[in-house]
Amino acid sequence: MMSEAETETPYQHPLMKAYWAQIDTHFKPVEDVFEDVMAEALVILTRDGLNAYLEAARVIGKLGRGAEPMLAFMEEWPSAAAVLGEEALAEIMAVVMRMQKSPNSRAITPFLQTLAPVARRLHSQELMRDYLDITLNFMERTTGSIHGHHTTFPSPGLPDFFVQAPFLLAQLSLVGLKNWVEYGIRNYRSHPERQRDYFTVQSADSRAVLQRERHGTLFMDVERKLDLYLHGLWQTSEQLVPYSTAFDDLRKPVPYYDKLGLRIPDVYDDAGEGFHRVAGIDRYRATLAHMVGHQRWTKPLIADNWSPFQRMAVEFFEDCRIDTLLIREYPGLKRIFLSLHPKPAEAACDPETTSCLRHRMAMLSRALLDPNHGYRDANLLSFVERFHDLLAGGESNTRDIATLALSYVTKTRRQSDQYAKVHFADTEVDYRDDNRQMWVFIEDSDDEEMFEKEKKRTPSEEQKGLPPRHYPEWDYKSLTYRPDWVSLYEVLHPKGNPTDIDRLLEKHSALAKRLKRILDLLKPQDKVRIRYQEEGSELDLDIAIRSLIDFKAGAQPDPRINMSHRTDGRDIAVMLLLDLSESLNEKALGSDQTILELSQEAVTLLAWAVEQLGDAFAIAGFHSNTRHDVRYLHIKGYGERWDDDPKARLAAIEAAYSTRMGAAMRHAGHYLGARQADKKLLLILTDGQPADIDVPDERTLIEDARRAVTELDRAGIFSYCINLDPKADEYVADIFGNQYTVVDNIERLPEKLPELFLALTK
Amino acid sequence: MTQKDQYKVHKEPFYQAQGNEVALFEAAYRNRLPVMVKGPTGCGKSRFVEYMAWKLGKPLITVACNEDMTASDLVGRYLLDASGTRWLDGPLTTAARMGAICYLDEIVEARQDTTVVIHPLTDHRRVLPLDKKGELIEAHPDFQLVISYNPGYQSLMKDLKQSTKQRFTGFDFDYPEAALEAIILAKETGLDEAASAQLVKIAQIARNLKGHGLDEGISTRLLVYAAALIKDGVSAQDACRMALVRPITDDADIRETLDHAIDATFA
Repeated sequence: MMSEAETETPYQHPLMKAYWAQIDTHFKPVEDVFEDVMAEALVILTRDGLNAYLEAARVIGKLGRGAEPMLAFMEEWPSAAAVLGEEALAEIMAVVMRMQKSPNSRAITPFLQTLAPVARRLHSQELMRDYLDITLNFMERTTGSIHGHHTTFPSPGLPDFFVQAPFLLAQLSLVGLKNWVEYGIRNYRSHPERQRDYFTVQSADSRAVLQRERHGTLFMDVERKLDLYLHGLWQTSEQLVPYSTAFDDLRKPVPYYDKLGLRIPDVYDDAGEGFHRVAGIDRYRATLAHMVGHQRWTKPLIADNWSPFQRMAVEFFEDCRIDTLLIREYPGLKRIFLSLHPKPAEAACDPETTSCLRHRMAMLSRALLDPNHGYRDANLLSFVERFHDLLAGGESNTRDIATLALSYVTKTRRQSDQYAKVHFADTEVDYRDDNRQMWVFIEDSDDEEMFEKEKKRTPSEEQKGLPPRHYPEWDYKSLTYRPDWVSLYEVLHPKGNPTDIDRLLEKHSALAKRLKRILDLLKPQDKVRIRYQEEGSELDLDIAIRSLIDFKAGAQPDPRINMSHRTDGRDIAVMLLLDLSESLNEKALGSDQTILELSQEAVTLLAWAVEQLGDAFAIAGFHSNTRHDVRYLHIKGYGERWDDDPKARLAAIEAAYSTRMGAAMRHAGHYLGARQADKKLLLILTDGQPADIDVPDERTLIEDARRAVTELDRAGIFSYCINLDPKADEYVADIFGNQYTVVDNIERLPEKLPELFLALTK
Repeated sequence: MTQKDQYKVHKEPFYQAQGNEVALFEAAYRNRLPVMVKGPTGCGKSRFVEYMAWKLGKPLITVACNEDMTASDLVGRYLLDASGTRWLDGPLTTAARMGAICYLDEIVEARQDTTVVIHPLTDHRRVLPLDKKGELIEAHPDFQLVISYNPGYQSLMKDLKQSTKQRFTGFDFDYPEAALEAIILAKETGLDEAASAQLVKIAQIARNLKGHGLDEGISTRLLVYAAALIKDGVSAQDACRMALVRPITDDADIRETLDHAIDATFA
């Protein structure tokens, strides 16, 4: 039992004493900071608000979670209340109580700790409510349960999520946050370790989804527009290399360019308000224009003998010269530049206490571009005039501008420029690059970070085969793509003995003869006569005479007495995609051959038939072993003739693993899409539904394949499925609509397949 | 009015020479050499031929070729008539009889077998056999054949046979130099030269994008349209969008880039 003397606090002020009594606690850490937090609370909160605050603190203190949650609440709430309003407290407390009643009470502390930064991001009670809804939803769905409705295990990701919340909200809108959380819950609900990786923003797809949901203009969405912009307006075709801005808080990266290309941020938010609003894409354009301007007009200078201040001044002047020249080229850039350029107030910096050099340079930079700058400093005005004189006659050059900049530094130098406290506000021009290309150092300098040295490329181990291609996969539950979900490796199929294939063809020589007759009919006949034309190239004598007879006999003659010709070519590109999954090793029903062997025969005949027709034709096989290893086996390419090489590859086909159809179709579509042909046909020969061992929900891959069909359709590729599965009716229509055939009697596949193909392309 | 007058070019068309092409064409005509005019669409090929016809004082018969065109569309065909069939000369036959300049515009559009009928007219023989009618026409001494084609969208399918190509003397046309093109615009439409120069600048941006999603840059003809709209009081931005950008592309990215170029140029 504690004595009276121990709990007695030394607060002198009776009011403070009363407050202390009100929260009714003995926590030492709370006591240490009590006076400070109360001082803040008293300033911000109203009388009622203060009472509610103390009451809430008391309740949190009694939760049995130690001093931490109480401390966090007492420190965070006043500043959160300043943004959200005091009324929001009830809802926050409701959430705290919900957590307390669930197994998730461990998350209360991080929740309260990040309350203030989250509130500052959201800025309104309504948005805060949405945020709380997201978290409650999150909590309920990830809290584990064994006995039905009793929840027993805490949500693994929730505490981590709260820790990340301020960062996430800086990157995402609430809708984006919701999608991001949703994705994590859906994919990692039953996997605590991965769930934590996801919600600590550690795992790759967590970052990928985050990137996708970010607000602003994403580089990947506008890349082509920017390429066109560079080509069209500036006649350069530099490589654009984005860098990430999401995970680099300390050192904000700045655009720059080097031998490898123009480096620009992966996202730009819209900037400015009203007339000065600049869309993200225009910020990209401004940044690119500025860099291109440097490439065009800036000659590097030797920097060794100049101080950092001098260099900074030269950079500001040179940047302005570049901008001026750019505006000369395209006057419309002026609005964008000026909207993005800060306009520092003339008196914003106190030269007695602070280093004002940056401030002076930013003002000057503004004045050089903006005739309505309104600054009155005499030095500034005279240098603006000198700058314009210098540029009046032409482009000037970096050296002359540097001379001007140096004399400006000399003229305006102050003792305070050396101070450690530097005025930074409103001095950063964010469309400008870091000017690293402007300087050449003869010796390594030590006064500034040196930019990355060129690294010697260590000869890495030799790569085998092509690097993987990544394809998204459709998640039908959320109607979104999982970005870069599937890794597909394309390899050349190993070779076997080509004579096996020739033997197969001999075996079916009767069938081949029959096919040959159909083929001859199908062969493109260059000219087709169209008769009964009113306007045509030639008189059709038979009809003309008949009409003439009618006419002479006094009857109404048929005026359609001409005929014309039409060329009838065949321009089809075909891709045959073979499912090479394990199930093909089974014996076909009522036959002693495996499905694989029958498929092989069928493909042999089809390839022979297509070769006869002269259509562009490619064959590939696929199978998969989880999403990390989808194999795409190249058997015949468009450029290859149907000779020994492709035959040898077809002879060696083997069946293994599973059927991840969507990715293979997308990859096949990637090749078909590049063909120049009137009609593009993707034939898929499969014996079962799409499935893979890492996908428990069998609908997922069916829906993904269906999505792939839609995508291909949009790209002008007609997909058609030849299915050998007797149970195919359950799913094949879902995927392919009515573009499919189920071959029940697999033994007859060798004759069915070519016939099908011919029927499709007639 | 005689048939010949009907095909005469009566008023001088405005044509701004880019080099010595006028003199060269005159020399070719003096020797009755067939002429081929190559160049992207809307760069002034047809205007040049029209101008030369005016300058030489010869009638001009123009045929716009297309892929459904057949030899009989050029040479002529039998038509039904009250008394039976009647022969109707095609434009090529008419020109050969009358001594006109026959201008086959976009000749590659016509199929290769069609273009073969011009062969006997384009070498030393200068005759046109009408096999259906059983007649052999000697070309009039004033007759000359001029063809144009656009190598821009040349594909394997659409090219002239070597045997056709090698019967012609050739001119390569391209969009004029920026300064000259601005002058042409100003003269053709009466737009002031500063605005003309800005229009030309936009055209050049689009021409830079050729091959990056644009099959063909903005032609001088479209620039003339834009200038006419501006002259009529339409704002420069709107006129450019309407006359220069919308017609040439359906690609959203390119459209947006060009729209931005317009805004950047007409601040």
